[in-house]
Amino acid sequence: MDVRLSPEQQALRDSVAQVVGRLGAKAVGQLDDTERAAKLDAAVTAAGWRELRTASDAGTPWASAVEVAIIAEELGRGLADVAFLGPTLAAELRRLAGTEAATDAETVALDPSLVSIAIATDGESLGDEGAVAIDAAGARAALAVAIDGAEERIARIPLHGDRVEVDLTRPSVRVAGAVEAIEGGSLEPEVLGRWLALGLAITSAELVGTMRGAVDLAVDYAAQRRQFGVAIGSFQAVQHLLADAHVAAEGSRAVSLHAAWAVDALPVSEAMAAAALAKAWCARAARTVCETAIQVHGGIGNTWECLAHVHLRRALLSADVLGGADTNLDRVLAHQGLPHRLEMR
Amino acid sequence: MDFGDSPEEAEFRARLRAWLVDHNPGLPASSTDDDYWAGQAAWHQSLYDGGFFGLSWPADIGGHGLPSVYDVILDEELAAAGAPPRPSLGYLVQGILHHGSDDIRRRFLPGIVNGRDRWCQGFSEPDAGSDLAALRTRADRDGDEFVITGHKVWTSYSDDAEWCLLLARTDHEVPKHKGISAFAVPMRQPGIEQRPLKMINGITKEFGEVIFDGARVPAANMIGRPGEGWPLAMTVVSHEREPGELGFVGRYKKVVKELTEQVRRDPLRHHPGAVRDLGWAIVEAEVLRLHVCRRLSDRLDGIEHGPAGSIDKLLMTQVEQTVGHAAVSIGGSGTGGGDDTWLKVYLYSRAQSVMGGTSQVQRNLVARRILGLPDA
Repeated sequence: MDVRLSPEQQALRDSVAQVVGRLGAKAVGQLDDTERAAKLDAAVTAAGWRELRTASDAGTPWASAVEVAIIAEELGRGLADVAFLGPTLAAELRRLAGTEAATDAETVALDPSLVSIAIATDGESLGDEGAVAIDAAGARAALAVAIDGAEERIARIPLHGDRVEVDLTRPSVRVAGAVEAIEGGSLEPEVLGRWLALGLAITSAELVGTMRGAVDLAVDYAAQRRQFGVAIGSFQAVQHLLADAHVAAEGSRAVSLHAAWAVDALPVSEAMAAAALAKAWCARAARTVCETAIQVHGGIGNTWECLAHVHLRRALLSADVLGGADTNLDRVLAHQGLPHRLEMR
Repeated sequence: MDFGDSPEEAEFRARLRAWLVDHNPGLPASSTDDDYWAGQAAWHQSLYDGGFFGLSWPADIGGHGLPSVYDVILDEELAAAGAPPRPSLGYLVQGILHHGSDDIRRRFLPGIVNGRDRWCQGFSEPDAGSDLAALRTRADRDGDEFVITGHKVWTSYSDDAEWCLLLARTDHEVPKHKGISAFAVPMRQPGIEQRPLKMINGITKEFGEVIFDGARVPAANMIGRPGEGWPLAMTVVSHEREPGELGFVGRYKKVVKELTEQVRRDPLRHHPGAVRDLGWAIVEAEVLRLHVCRRLSDRLDGIEHGPAGSIDKLLMTQVEQTVGHAAVSIGGSGTGGGDDTWLKVYLYSRAQSVMGGTSQVQRNLVARRILGLPDA
């Protein structure tokens, strides 16, 4: 056991941080700067970070889920308004199903609650409820599951629909209607379990990054904002809020990395349990940490112009994707053979 | 980055697991029970004799010189077997190891490590709690000896101990942090009065008061130089804040395992809300285990812990208190009569946010030393 990042992993982390530091949005107003966002997207494309879970000739991914988690954490920390989660999950789904790699930009479609992948139960259409293509910036289509007789296969749905922008850095698109079958690649239950584990690990890492970014933002503000003639960060009441937030963020790092490691290293049920456990913890912790960041900013924290709510909004989406604290606590209980409220699909 | 066992670690785990089949002493469910403490010395010695204690400490004091990550394996396997946690005295070992002379280390550490000598820690006083440096117990030189006068409190297992790692003031002319020295004081002598205190869960071993009135300690038992007591105390308390040093992951996982088995035996008996409390205890105990994996892996770089121990202490406290809540949610608080095991576990958990430095002090340290926030 040695859970230190390797020198290569540290270098990857540093290079993601550098790209986001250079091209990410530093203020709410900069989120509208499409030129900057396009440069960030181009830098991510050039680095190949969205391709890490596409299949090599051997069918294995180019990098482990640990590298994916390292990237997700840094993107989350810097509020990077660039697609990563969606394309990575789409690539993983194609790889696990053994289909050809995508020819254009793809993401995944989840059911409207975001708890699981969208399913065309009749094999043809997502029905009236429709689905939500997450992290859809730049994507032309989203992958879903189509039931074909006794088999489950991956299917594709073009992206036309209303945008949902709760997370100001990662738009979703509501989709509905017919899905297009994709050649080959039926999905064994094992495959979807592995995919779910990766999705939970990435979103957990995202949340860790979000927490770290939110704590940094609030600490900087507390050190600089003065009231009663002193920095508000000198008051114990404020210090203790920030200390608790920092502990939550630091306490989340190992469990999130473990979930990522487990995706490729453990049997699928163990990998899923590790991922669900990490996600339950990170989803709960991240909301509190982001709320603390808003509180420490006082009135400013409740204005649109303050970045604190951008962190919270990003945390809300990351938490909801493939289930938040409640759903994943149920997954943990189910794995332990304890009573739970999960409707296992 | 690898959370899995190396071949050597896997071999160690298998050997430990096999040993535990025959050597689990079957002590009470928690370490928060006087019956547990009655059997703890024998358990310590058995674990040591089996070759499973002091894993990361140097061989010349009875340790095994292994990387610290072996302690995580030990904690996991003890909990999985339902065995008691490992004795929590790494912080005393670290204090003496870092500050004691070769002579002091040779004389005292093997006995602490092998469990033949019982030790207690004489730090806190009635007027020196969070403000430890305000301590007033004095050690006055008298020939080759020092004479100890003062009043210590919260001294765990003091009535069982042969030795006390004592902080006392030896210089009254210098600022309060500078005038403190540390001693290994023999406890079986006149001039020492024991006054056990009963904790809120009814146990009497954990807390005690010790009155020193003319007790004597050889000058050769001073640990470190005169005035080195404060740095030594900081070494001790920083390790006392680390779950990896204390082995508490094993304690929490053992409780969680027993509660889980209780629910599995009779799932419908428990309110869904109580089961969710248990779910969070499962999650948090695992979060702490993995956090300890990270900390102990970092030590492979030789990183020594400074203020980060306060993060660990706060995380550990949250976990212990979540586990405590799950214990009464699932096991019941005993208010209707019957078994009070889980009540004891719960009530004991309240002390975790006080012992080894209160959570409020830890938050001050995190805010100022790690986040760099200004002093008031």
